[in-house]
Amino acid sequence: MQKDGKKIPVAPKGDGEAPQDKVRTVSRRALITGAAATAGSVMTVGAARGLGIEQSSVDPTRVPGERPMEVGSRSPFETPEKQLSGSAGGSSRTPHHELHGILTPADLHFERHHHVIPQINPTQYRLLIHGMVDRPTLFTLGDLKRFPQVARLHFIECSGNGGAGSRTDANPRMSPQAMDGLLSTSEWSGVALATLFEEVGAHSDATWFLAEGSDAAVMSRSIPMEKAWDDAMIAYGQNGEAIRPEQGYPARLFLPGWEGNTSVKWVRRLELSDRPFMSREETSKYSDPIRGGKARLFSFVMDAKSLITYPVYPDRLTSPGFVEVSGYAWTGRGVIDRVEISADGGSTWADAALQEPVLPKCTTRFRYAWDWDGRPAHLMSRAIDETGYVQPTLEQITDVRGPGTRYHYNSIRGWRVNADGSVEFQPPV
Amino acid sequence: MRRLSRYGWRAQHLAAFASTLFAVWACGVNEGGSEDPGEPTLSWTDVGSSAARPPSGEVGRYGFGSPASAVDIAMWDIDISPDGAGLPPGGSTVTDGLKVYQKKCMACHGPTGTEGPFDVLAGRVPGDEFRFAEDRSLRSTVGSYWPFATTLFDYTRRAMPFDFPGSLSDEEVYGVVGAMLFLNGLLSEDAVVDSATVAEIIMPARDRFIPDDRTGGPKIR
Repeated sequence: MQKDGKKIPVAPKGDGEAPQDKVRTVSRRALITGAAATAGSVMTVGAARGLGIEQSSVDPTRVPGERPMEVGSRSPFETPEKQLSGSAGGSSRTPHHELHGILTPADLHFERHHHVIPQINPTQYRLLIHGMVDRPTLFTLGDLKRFPQVARLHFIECSGNGGAGSRTDANPRMSPQAMDGLLSTSEWSGVALATLFEEVGAHSDATWFLAEGSDAAVMSRSIPMEKAWDDAMIAYGQNGEAIRPEQGYPARLFLPGWEGNTSVKWVRRLELSDRPFMSREETSKYSDPIRGGKARLFSFVMDAKSLITYPVYPDRLTSPGFVEVSGYAWTGRGVIDRVEISADGGSTWADAALQEPVLPKCTTRFRYAWDWDGRPAHLMSRAIDETGYVQPTLEQITDVRGPGTRYHYNSIRGWRVNADGSVEFQPPV
Repeated sequence: MRRLSRYGWRAQHLAAFASTLFAVWACGVNEGGSEDPGEPTLSWTDVGSSAARPPSGEVGRYGFGSPASAVDIAMWDIDISPDGAGLPPGGSTVTDGLKVYQKKCMACHGPTGTEGPFDVLAGRVPGDEFRFAEDRSLRSTVGSYWPFATTLFDYTRRAMPFDFPGSLSDEEVYGVVGAMLFLNGLLSEDAVVDSATVAEIIMPARDRFIPDDRTGGPKIR
């Protein structure tokens, strides 16, 4: 959103640790130079004549514009960036506070890899389905595209998303990107996994399947067959184009509403079985320690969560008055029923407006008209989903799971608005 | 094509379903792979309405794709199950494994598996307590957290070492797995490591894992 037009968070660190936002200032001169370089030829400089425009600004009505290009690009004035982490496997975070609506531009989609990004020639791509099936089968990418297509809008969120914001000592100078950037929303197109499983003659007593990627980690997860019969897909399209290499090109498993790791990218093999395989990523990782000396296994579904994306750090409100508080809410259990906003640290709550479309297992944009009186305030959002689940506080989660629990960090986020208009992360007390 | 437009999946059904399956799986392992898993109380045909449909055999085949031969499958079928299924023949020793470890693993995981800089692999706590939920400073090592040694073989063979993934021979993997178990106090230094060792060893954390009990609704779990 970048309301002041100048502050752009960059240069991140840490995956799983508290990332740091670094704010750089882009000079107006740099922006103008960028525009000039793009125009590449004559510029007319307008004279001072009102409209609130500076003398040196270009008058676009006095100079021919640019010809269309085969591939478009952003305005040089818009420079949203993913925030990169230093993790060995590789990860990056979506700049929520610079986006509108619910769709994430594909080049700003978050990444969380287990051994960076493989380059796969689509002509060499094969999907093998075997195990408890009548007909072990190899599918080419072309084969997959011949089946009836499904296309849906869904969020995908890493279940480790939000860890840095789910600590009592969280860094207050943290943007939504640094805190919850491992969440993105796309239109995914592909073939229903049920179609493929029927095609190969899945055995009726198969209850799990292994999904395995062709990255250098050969990443693998066990998935209950129920999900295949419900809404799982093998996706090859993202926001209208081929899935990007970072998202699993040429094809990935996609499991709506489930922790991102289960949607295995670059999927090359599905093995049907009557029991889970107990891979490293579903035992030593992506399991959730809870009180009583236990850990949850196969905690697939992402519970309801919401995130304000304006006003947040590093925004600064310039004057009291109307402020549209905006953000998104999502749940892996269906649709968002409502979103509530508090401006007084959780003492009172009021309903936000939900912007259509409100789709299952998809982010829903919410808006709330707030009249800021210029005094310190404490903004929060909480999501309620169709099951009646209310997004909890960190304290509620810690009470039942323990302070050392890992993954599924969906507690209420809060933002302190200071009298000078600056905004800092501050969860409910 | 009813399924294609269906969104209303019911998570609580899945949770019950997964827990049934988990019990079946755990039962099978504990009883040495007993053939009779008992009657599941909830089968996939009970879950949902339009979503659950039995596989249709020849019905509805589009005819796309080509048959996968045993050779095709063998090239990619690398997973190892907790009962040891998939473990290759052969073996190694802890002594030889430590040599491989020093050469190919130590730079990332430290001389004794405790130093890092990457994942800490070794370490136990007194009484093998499992206090990860209470104490966030605890490191989930192989000896304190991993429920199965078969997973260690599977993961090491498919993904390690990080700079040359998949480059270890089966013998080297057996050795490194043995070294890991030794560094976690689970094998002696003169031990032989083979498929039986990896499949039969009871890891300290094996019974610490439970199915997901979150179901949506008002209760926070």
